[in-house]
Amino acid sequence: MRPIKRRPMFGVPARGKTRRASGKLLKNDRTERSSYELRFAAAVLFVLALFGVLLVRFFWLQVVQHDRYMTLAEANRISLVPVAPSRGVIRDRNGVILAHNYSAYTLEIAPARIADLDATIAALKGIIDITPRDKRRFNKLQEESKDFESLPIKTRLTDEEVARFAAQSYRFPGIEIKARLFRHYPQGEIGSHLIGYIGRINDRDLVELDEAGVRANYRGTEHIGKVGIEASYENDLHGVTGFEQVEIDSGGRAVRTLRRNPPKSGQDLQLSVDIGLQKVVEQLFGDRRGSLVAIDPTTGGVLALVSKPTFDPNLFVDGIDPQSWTALNESPDHPLLNRALRGEYPPGSTFKPFMAMAALEGDFPLVHQTIADPGYYLFGGVRFRDSKAGGYGSMNFDRSLVVSSDTYFYQLGVQMGIDYIASFMSTLDLGSRTGIDLPGERPGVLPSPEWKKQRFSKPAQQKWYPGETVSIGIGQGYNSYTPLQMAHATATLANFGVAYKPHVVASLVDPVSNMRVPIEPKPSRVLPWKREHVERVIRGMVGVQTEGTGASVFRGATYTSAGKTGTAQVFSLKGAKYNARAIDERLRDHSWFIVFAPAEQPKIALAVIVENAGFGSQAAAPMARKVLDYYLTGKLPEEPAPAAASSTPQPAGESP
Amino acid sequence: MILRLWQRFKQPIDPWLLLFTLLVFLVSSVLLYSASNQDWARVSDKLTFMGISLALMWCVANIRQQVLMRLALPGYVIGVLLLLAVEFFGVTSHGATRWLDIGVTRIQPSELLRIALPLMLAWYFHHFEAHVNWRHYVVAAIIIVIPVGLILKQPDLGTALLITSGGFYALFFAGLSWRLIGMMTLAVGGLAYVVTHWDLCINILHEYQCRRISTMLDPTSDPLGAGYHIIQGTIAIGSGGLLGKGWLAGTQTHLDFIPERTTDFIFAVFGEEFGLVGNVLLLLLYLCVIGRGLMISYNASTVFGRLLAGSIALNFFTYAFVNMGMVSGILPVVGVPLPLISYGGTSMVSILVGFGLLMSIQRDRKLMKA
Repeated sequence: MRPIKRRPMFGVPARGKTRRASGKLLKNDRTERSSYELRFAAAVLFVLALFGVLLVRFFWLQVVQHDRYMTLAEANRISLVPVAPSRGVIRDRNGVILAHNYSAYTLEIAPARIADLDATIAALKGIIDITPRDKRRFNKLQEESKDFESLPIKTRLTDEEVARFAAQSYRFPGIEIKARLFRHYPQGEIGSHLIGYIGRINDRDLVELDEAGVRANYRGTEHIGKVGIEASYENDLHGVTGFEQVEIDSGGRAVRTLRRNPPKSGQDLQLSVDIGLQKVVEQLFGDRRGSLVAIDPTTGGVLALVSKPTFDPNLFVDGIDPQSWTALNESPDHPLLNRALRGEYPPGSTFKPFMAMAALEGDFPLVHQTIADPGYYLFGGVRFRDSKAGGYGSMNFDRSLVVSSDTYFYQLGVQMGIDYIASFMSTLDLGSRTGIDLPGERPGVLPSPEWKKQRFSKPAQQKWYPGETVSIGIGQGYNSYTPLQMAHATATLANFGVAYKPHVVASLVDPVSNMRVPIEPKPSRVLPWKREHVERVIRGMVGVQTEGTGASVFRGATYTSAGKTGTAQVFSLKGAKYNARAIDERLRDHSWFIVFAPAEQPKIALAVIVENAGFGSQAAAPMARKVLDYYLTGKLPEEPAPAAASSTPQPAGESP
Repeated sequence: MILRLWQRFKQPIDPWLLLFTLLVFLVSSVLLYSASNQDWARVSDKLTFMGISLALMWCVANIRQQVLMRLALPGYVIGVLLLLAVEFFGVTSHGATRWLDIGVTRIQPSELLRIALPLMLAWYFHHFEAHVNWRHYVVAAIIIVIPVGLILKQPDLGTALLITSGGFYALFFAGLSWRLIGMMTLAVGGLAYVVTHWDLCINILHEYQCRRISTMLDPTSDPLGAGYHIIQGTIAIGSGGLLGKGWLAGTQTHLDFIPERTTDFIFAVFGEEFGLVGNVLLLLLYLCVIGRGLMISYNASTVFGRLLAGSIALNFFTYAFVNMGMVSGILPVVGVPLPLISYGGTSMVSILVGFGLLMSIQRDRKLMKA
């Protein structure tokens, strides 16, 4: 009898009530038994169902999704490790090493894998000498990089330090010793603007690499050329990254190598630069600021490219520490500025030989005339003064170069007109980049009415005033050129109008086969100058060296030379007489000199500027003399650096 | 004489259960050798544990049911007292207080409850067999809740869930109403939904428990933290494919990508090296063990035997399911070992003691027949 239809919430009441009603154990047992059997069946179903779920899951993972997980497991297991190529070596024209690599151990930290960085570094100090400078450098690197990168805390470990760390390395997960190739510049500060340096790849570099489509080739590379030859020849120096397929464990440690595709080393570079000459020039500069560019006029090969002051490129290789960086960056001498390419100076009287060349080619009447020279030139009611008080009485074309007559060149400028001057000078690459194989070159300023229109926004300023042409004639006014441009123009003149694009690298050398691929000197432009015109200008420049503003400096030279002094005004005197002692040193005039030698068959053409050193004959010309002595006769300068600009006598008739 | 000794020895043994256990042990040893990177020391440790556990199983199998019934209440009380002792004097490690230091070694009283609770419930329902009503279920619920609450406080979610399920199975076989079971299922499901979908879990569950659950729902949300276990586990199993990569040839295993690969995640090693075929065979082997346990329950002559055996068998199933489920990524990582296969002595001892109880129940039936 089962009287109950409605079951209460808990338990199996049917059984209890039945029992109480019947009092028979056996019956109760039977109902209990059948209830149990139902539950037994349910349990079996439950087990089978859930195991079925597992089975479906296994089937899904191991059959349906197998390929995907296999790929993931392989990606876990196999890592393509890029093998960075060895960077090309840079040598000068005589094979002297300017930049090379050496391998050493570094201690590297992966900040992402370390919980308490400061504590870890403090602990590390117990084994390895980590200087405050290392720490600062590391902090700077960390700010600039992604967290998962491994960053060097200490470079160039000694063998002893390597051994000591290796014994304790278990204490420092996330810190590893790595063997790396380091870039080293054995010449130190010598030629640093020219050679440049490499530095760690930053976000901007990555964007550029992406745009150039070569990012993949930089997967194992941490450094990239930032400045100088290191930057402009980056593609040749870098080489091709190789790959190693290695099996790694979960800690990222390589277990074994599966396949290897070796890297291809970068090309070595042989420069046209003579580092001996470069060194001589830099020593001659001493503490003075300025620049010298020397070019072989027959090839365009740069022999020396000096910008003073310089810096030690080795500081930059592994990230410069903030203090050194601030010192370099905030120095009033701007040691990081490459003056040879980026310093724009008014050429002063060094502009006159080119003006003379322009006048001859244009066959202007003044070339054939002798003019009165009262010591000034009156134009539009304004008196343009000559540096020679009272003047020479009379002046002609040939004499004007030798004595650097301002009165003559004022008039010549006015006669030629600004448009002619601008178009002639542009053929000498004045006012445009020479295209040298170095980064960051500036174009300078070749003034012209068009230039003025673009340069200024106010209509009143955009207009070209005829009076402005007067100062242009003597290389002042808006005229502004780099030492490289002046050296290049001088070389073009020395070469009778055949211009070669200046270049610092002479050939690429394959490091394996030693195959040499020379960079052929090709005339970039052949100017249709009349030979006798060039000869006449050169005669004038030789006159400068024998009887003019350069005579006292070049007395006794065993070679002929053709030069021109110049003085670039820094500070406008507004008609007052220039007195070097009365004004602040940094407002004094810049001393210019251009020269090529030997005059009849030039082997070297150079332009030199010494900042705030006064007249061209005071500082720049004596330096040029010593450089030519060294280059042409092998004579080393006696004293390392003349201390003051006033040590050379001031010749009469020096033009500003 | 020898024959009699042999008779005495094999008399309490259930040959089927022993056979299946030994087969699982075989799989376990072979697998551990691979998972431990061919470390014989680990394997021989494990073999020692097996020996000790089997001996304990034999001892327990010799105990008569009447004795077991008498042990149930004291066992349960001692277990709860020990849990209380843990609460006050326990050893804390990894943020959890689960152990009691008794000088020689540490013991984990929650393991004792795995046996003591089903024993208690089976005895309880057997005792009131004749007139079970709803009040008995309330009392049973309280019997379950006391130790579970203490274990949850340690905190040890995995063990708490498993012990709850062990108690629940006893109630289930005792005849808990279907409607209530349905409602409880709904409640548990709803709770799981709430926990996984709201930040409420911060108040109810410990932070690590929360993280494990949310990580299970989206392993990639924390690929280097808690999600790493699940991701690498699934990769290992999935990359094993149909036939597996072969014994000692699992790359995930041997390159150290599987965390805890000799303990909770040993199933990932198995799945990688033996593939789907291996997994199916392992499921079948486990089914044999569970099936034998359920058979013993079915054949048991007393309510006590039925409930105890059923609970032990289903609890064993739960361990296996939860572990394989979590390693293959369908359940949260709750720290449940793969029964009889994961390295670790305590869980093996408690499982084999359970098997000893099964054998004892089976033997009493034989004796009754005889």
